[in-house]
Amino acid sequence: MGMNMSEKILAKHAGLSEVHPGQLITCDLDMVLANDITAPPSIAKFEEIGRPVFDPAKIALVPDHFQPAKDIKSAGLAKIVRDFAHKHHIVNYFEQGRVGIEHVILPEKGLVGPGMLTIGADSHTCTYGALNGFSTGVGSTDLGMAMATGKAWFKVPSAINVHLTGKKPADITGKDVILTLIGEIGVDGALYQSLEFTGEGVAELSMTDRLTIANMAIEAGAKNGIFPYDDVTEAYVKGRVQVPYEPVAADADAVYARTVSIDLSALTPVVAFPHLPGNTKPVKDIEEPIAIDQVVIGSCTNGRLEDLAIAANIFAGHSVHPRVRCIVIPGSQAIYKEAMHKGYIDTFIDAGCAVSTPTCGPCLGGYMGIMTAGEKCVSTTNRNFRGRMGHVDSEVYLAGPQTAAASAILGRIAVPEEVD
Amino acid sequence: MALEGKVWRYGDNIDTDVIIPARYLNTFDPQELAKHCMVDIDERFAKEVQPGDIMVGGRNFGCGSSREHAPVAIKASGIPVVIAASFARIFYRNGINIGLPLLEIGDDVQKIKAGDALSVDVATGVIKDLTTGDTFQAHPLPGFIQDIAKAGGLVEYVKQKA
Repeated sequence: MGMNMSEKILAKHAGLSEVHPGQLITCDLDMVLANDITAPPSIAKFEEIGRPVFDPAKIALVPDHFQPAKDIKSAGLAKIVRDFAHKHHIVNYFEQGRVGIEHVILPEKGLVGPGMLTIGADSHTCTYGALNGFSTGVGSTDLGMAMATGKAWFKVPSAINVHLTGKKPADITGKDVILTLIGEIGVDGALYQSLEFTGEGVAELSMTDRLTIANMAIEAGAKNGIFPYDDVTEAYVKGRVQVPYEPVAADADAVYARTVSIDLSALTPVVAFPHLPGNTKPVKDIEEPIAIDQVVIGSCTNGRLEDLAIAANIFAGHSVHPRVRCIVIPGSQAIYKEAMHKGYIDTFIDAGCAVSTPTCGPCLGGYMGIMTAGEKCVSTTNRNFRGRMGHVDSEVYLAGPQTAAASAILGRIAVPEEVD
Repeated sequence: MALEGKVWRYGDNIDTDVIIPARYLNTFDPQELAKHCMVDIDERFAKEVQPGDIMVGGRNFGCGSSREHAPVAIKASGIPVVIAASFARIFYRNGINIGLPLLEIGDDVQKIKAGDALSVDVATGVIKDLTTGDTFQAHPLPGFIQDIAKAGGLVEYVKQKA
């Protein structure tokens, strides 16, 4: 029986010739990741074992959530991570000024790649499936043990084949693709399963689109989301990933639990209404205007250069609505700098946006854009749970960067064609 | 040995952001986290929960963020076991890894109401609703996951194997 992409990566890292859904296996890890919220408890667990780190080059510590420190306690968390990184000579520790959002900088710096197996103490670790790797989020105990042993246990997931067809319209982003999928299968539609993206439509998607799509696999309950290796992948990883890597392809007779088909040509911009990522609705179907107070453009989902380019293109010659605050957060220093060179930052500032150093900040209600009761935000982030971005009676509407920028200009949820 | 406790009942898709909101994540002290557990959907919980009470949720319990602070906050609140129709996978792993037993019983969970008295045998997965007289059987933990649970969590399991 043939294997799909996820099964091939898991089998190889377990030292097995094949694996099957439901099988419990122990795998060797290529990269383990934690941030300033999850690393401190991971370190506490690690220290209970009393061993050295398994490999100082295969651990990434990224203080991005509450950093630059938002308060004294958060500064304490950052210090625990910093001291640990220095003590154990962690190669991939990133200090403020060099750090970016973890799931933006790990691909950007070539620390994750095709065929590689990564766990991270952050649920959006599934992002790296865009690069044809298997990556998934875990908790701090798993991460602490992995820092000591270089291993983790997995239950081999069954897979859903997400078959993409058709030509993607120019005004559709990866965010519209993944929100549409979650709206269709539900927030637990892929529970304990893998999402494998296949079909001719994959070639329509840029690496930025794929990173956005894989990033939100968890929002459908999935263990991971994974894309095939093609020219787009090769162009991205070549010269970037410095360690040897082996792309994987699904066998022709690979087994899938079911197939979900998405015709890219039929998609329209969508938003996810509060308080679940699966509450999706096409923007054109919104009957009563929804006035907003805030827009956030950034995060591990949509904080890449292409996202900023899309937003800047819409902001050019326009201003943020007087009643709205728009916060733009480039995902990494490299993206920030490139956006500056290309004039995007000028465009944002001229339009009246606040531009910030890379941080997860508002996405999880940390800081840099917390809402009070009754406020509404259109956000390119990944979650709109109750209280996610502040007060329990505030609301988050998830959207792509084009919808977010248009909404910021018009002061209500809108698509770019409504901006004159 | 069976645990007995009163039910705190929650619905479907209870996410880790409501179990412990991010604004309290600048600490990982279990007792501090417990003070804010469930606060955004149930202010009574942290104030009135008694050691031994049992948390019961619907489908996809613990979805969202991987924060282990969520099961840690529940455990530190004195909850010895969580029962749900289904659990989100990272939460499920985290529960096992920190020694908080999680029992999945599918749609049967709809028969359990807030305030019911339950008797739960974690080892056999047998759940008795002492208020209604119903009995439920939870899905057993697979393979060596049982060993992790028996060891009291992943840290103890790794120590024992070393």
